[in-house]
Amino acid sequence: MSRDLKFFEALREAQDQCMAADDGVYLMGLGVPDPTGIFGTTKGLQDKYGAARVMDMPLAENAMTGIAIGSALTGMRPVMTHQRVDFALTAMEQIVNQAAKWRYMFDGKHKIPLVIRMIIGRGWGQGPQHSQSLQALFAHIPGLNVVMPTTAHDAKGLLISAIESDDPVVMLEHRWLYGISDSVPEDMYRVPLGKAHVMREGDDVTLVGLSYMSLENLRAAELLAERGVSAEVIDLRSLRPLDEDTILMSVRKTGRVVVCDTANKMYGASAEIVALVCEKAFDALKAQPERVALPEHPAPTSPALSAGYYPRAGDIAGRVLSQMGRDVDDALFSVPEGQNHDQPDPTFTGPF
Amino acid sequence: MDAALKKDLYRSMLNIRIVEERIAELYPEQEMRCPVHLCIGQEAAEAGSAMALRSDDYAVSGHRSHGHYLAKGGSLKSMMAEIYGKATGCAGGKGGSMHLVDLEAGFLGSAPIVGSTIPIGVGAAFSAKMRGEDRVMMVYLGDGATETGVFYESLNFATLMKLAVVFVCENNLYSVYSPMDVRQPAGRSIADLARAHGIESHSADGNDVEAVYALSRDAVDTARRGAGPVFLELATYRWREHCGPNFDNHIGYRSEDEYELWKRKDPVRLYAEQLIMNYGVRQSDLDTIASEVRAAMDEAVAFAKGSPFPDTGTASRNVYAEGIA
Repeated sequence: MSRDLKFFEALREAQDQCMAADDGVYLMGLGVPDPTGIFGTTKGLQDKYGAARVMDMPLAENAMTGIAIGSALTGMRPVMTHQRVDFALTAMEQIVNQAAKWRYMFDGKHKIPLVIRMIIGRGWGQGPQHSQSLQALFAHIPGLNVVMPTTAHDAKGLLISAIESDDPVVMLEHRWLYGISDSVPEDMYRVPLGKAHVMREGDDVTLVGLSYMSLENLRAAELLAERGVSAEVIDLRSLRPLDEDTILMSVRKTGRVVVCDTANKMYGASAEIVALVCEKAFDALKAQPERVALPEHPAPTSPALSAGYYPRAGDIAGRVLSQMGRDVDDALFSVPEGQNHDQPDPTFTGPF
Repeated sequence: MDAALKKDLYRSMLNIRIVEERIAELYPEQEMRCPVHLCIGQEAAEAGSAMALRSDDYAVSGHRSHGHYLAKGGSLKSMMAEIYGKATGCAGGKGGSMHLVDLEAGFLGSAPIVGSTIPIGVGAAFSAKMRGEDRVMMVYLGDGATETGVFYESLNFATLMKLAVVFVCENNLYSVYSPMDVRQPAGRSIADLARAHGIESHSADGNDVEAVYALSRDAVDTARRGAGPVFLELATYRWREHCGPNFDNHIGYRSEDEYELWKRKDPVRLYAEQLIMNYGVRQSDLDTIASEVRAAMDEAVAFAKGSPFPDTGTASRNVYAEGIA
């Protein structure tokens, strides 16, 4: 049985089902048991599973990551949550040097079944330190898995796979996805790590995206369809491991690729995907690959400064049309009435 | 303290001494192709503390970990093979001297990023508490680690949760070449830092193996009965250079006089003299222990040298559970 659930509800259900299935699963993070429950994703779970398994923590991200690691290598399955990615930077030492290495450097004698959820902020003045999209930092590290769900269905299925994995998984959740809903099965299903999802089939261009940018890609595909261009939309879902086959198969079909990332361009995921295509499907390309990503400066706070910061569907569609040598019309860039650039929809109001 | 325990303490210290001196002697052959941080001079702190643990208790350590690993009961052959980079090493040649592990002995691992294994040790103690086990975790650290942020974060959580952790800080006065007085304010003791967190904390002569053992035994008992963590600061001294087989008193960061002073407090020699003079142990008994320890080390070195190198194909293994490249 399936029903519509919001992204945040799907995350809560995944954790609920994993905790019911395995006594070793526990949740920790600043605010995990608080009345708002990490934007609803952990709400009510402390009542159900107790304070020992659904716990708040001191403001000590680095040690708490090490503590999660120490518990993981002695039989527990911790799920740690950071309300913004930016805070996890204080734990990079434990994540990169320890969590990612203990299996390898002790030649398989240890496993680290650790999930670290990190939320990417955007809009309403989140600014330089509450809206970074740092997937490339984590995806660069062998030993980590990095997943970025886009739909509620994948949020639940990927989080269950992450919790059941015997290796560390960094799960990056975009705040603007929390309110979207789609059909989510009630049972405890898994979306495998390392498998992309073709969200929409098409023949003329491959739009590769992740997280919130996959939604912009779907909107761009609509705009392109109105202009007679058939776009295939691939939602990566995982950055490491990376589903090379799905990307390459699509690009071999369409001959064009535009990669859209929620992050900066330089050294980012978009660079990796374009490099992959150039190395392994160069002969199939009819046009140079394009990237749509953030400008090379931090996210500004004022709405006046942030208005142009995040690329939208029209930017993506315009890039495709240019790539095809077609005219780019102004209508692509009109923002629908009642929408603001710093809110995903009018019901989503700050502060958040 | 019965005679058997005294001999065990002596044997454990002498084992560390003989292993480390042999490594120093063989290192110039350049067959051990990884950094080694020898702990000669610090044996009493290591042997005395680990002797208080059960075999199913845990320990973690940092870069200078040979002594902790051996005192906890880690396999000497596996350690030597690991230092020689061999397939039979405790980490299959992936880790070397700075990444020792022996799960059967409860030695969960060591890592050289100073301070980093402190929270991991605390986490294993947290896990034991959640799982209802009565294991104690001994977290080995040095004076330098008490300057890291993660040390304070870990003390806070260990005491918040009353975890069964015994922190054993060997204060050997130097972080590489940097003396205490450029790193920590004069007159402030490391033991006080732990005490300020509400943790029971003691300072002791780290070269007196019986004193270290007695303190550690009480600390382990306190931790095991759920009364919370205990911190021990043990004053000691590393005889050789920070990293490598040589003496370095001539290069200018510490004095020959200081070294000689500490050498007069040689924990192994002093304890041998004490056993003979005060407890009627015969020199021949100690000689027997020495020859047994030497024979085991000879065997371990031969095992390590005779073992094959790992296949190059194993370099990409064990990154992930199912060998995802």
